[in-house]
Amino acid sequence: MPPGQHLVNDFPVLTFGPTPRSPLDQWSFSIDGAVSEGRRWTWQEFRSLPREHIRRDIHCVTTWSKLDTQWSGVSVDTLLDGIEPGGAFVTAWCDGGYTTNLPLADVTGGKAWVVDEYEGASLAPEHGGPARLLVPHLYFWKSAKWVRGLTVTVVDEPGFWEQNGYHDRGDPWKEERYGATFR
Amino acid sequence: MSDPVAAAHDWRPARVVERRDETPRAATLRLAVDGWRGHVAGQRVDVRLTADDGYQATRQYSIASAPSSGALELTVERLDDGEVSPYLVDVAEVGDAMDIRGPIGGWFTWRPGDPGPLLLVGGGSGIVPLMAMAREAVLSGGDAVDVRLLVSTRTPADLLYASELEALHDARRITLLHTVTRDPTGARSGRIDAQLVGELLRGVAPEAVFACGSTGFVEAASDLLLAAGVPAGVIRTERFGPSA
Repeated sequence: MPPGQHLVNDFPVLTFGPTPRSPLDQWSFSIDGAVSEGRRWTWQEFRSLPREHIRRDIHCVTTWSKLDTQWSGVSVDTLLDGIEPGGAFVTAWCDGGYTTNLPLADVTGGKAWVVDEYEGASLAPEHGGPARLLVPHLYFWKSAKWVRGLTVTVVDEPGFWEQNGYHDRGDPWKEERYGATFR
Repeated sequence: MSDPVAAAHDWRPARVVERRDETPRAATLRLAVDGWRGHVAGQRVDVRLTADDGYQATRQYSIASAPSSGALELTVERLDDGEVSPYLVDVAEVGDAMDIRGPIGGWFTWRPGDPGPLLLVGGGSGIVPLMAMAREAVLSGGDAVDVRLLVSTRTPADLLYASELEALHDARRITLLHTVTRDPTGARSGRIDAQLVGELLRGVAPEAVFACGSTGFVEAASDLLLAAGVPAGVIRTERFGPSA
């Protein structure tokens, strides 16, 4: 386990505001920004993409960790397939206004997914449903709930928690929890 | 010159300098922390305990004290299956050592001068960060800030800071709306309703509403606030504990 973490058997919910509730017939997922071509999928189109089962430990910056969590969804590599990125960073943007930023290298090469199922059932709104980003090698605030798209950026653009006291990258094995918090 | 980024990462040695019971299940610890530079109401700290054999456990707790008081106080409620809270509530005494990291958090915060009334909705121990905000408003703003606190607890005896809150309410420094649920199964952590939310919001245009408690409580409070017409972006939430 990463330093400073403890195991939990339940699944805590942490958010900054009310839970967004996005009807599937209005849902879409986009890739845009500094890319050779943008992409957009409706819910039906997204569900038709090649899918994977993912089983990983997850680590929250508030010190809880959960082992062997099981998800299914679409690899970000699949979503970016054939697209030429013109920048080295992405910003995940979400219903409700949440954003988080990551290096492109942290969401490619089999490290990240957009998941819509948890433990074999549709992802509940409280846990980010209809779909969330899953980036288990970083603190779980990077696994943006209610995700609706990834915008490729040339410059690293701090997202919501990164602007509110948390580390820019969030590697749990280096305990990269916090940024400048005292304002 | 101190580096705020390094400061946020540092563990600082701390000692308990005062301890008092709040309810049968909760206690407040006042801490002296090496190099502490203060906090903003609503922020939290990481608390790390080290056992004699070197085993360490870390948890987060909201700061209960007002920044202007100059004190750092945590109110901890005992979780029956908790690893750290039973120690902090039942065993920790004046002179005991621990490590503190923080203060942490930049969204669920309130400072004197922030616009609008101070609207607070708490369930159970979710009242702790809200109390820091209310105390700061009273200490720094006098009658200038309209402080309204809607709090739900299982029983009257579970209300943290009851006598302080009632005194502030009687002195018209805050408006206290307190509700209890008597659900015998204990399955729900509080029963606020549209009428109470309406009283909380009466006659004001909310700029921020702070809701804190278990995730079930915060979901219910958010839904009621949204139904009352509060924009989603105005509602700031902090949740403790497991899903539902």
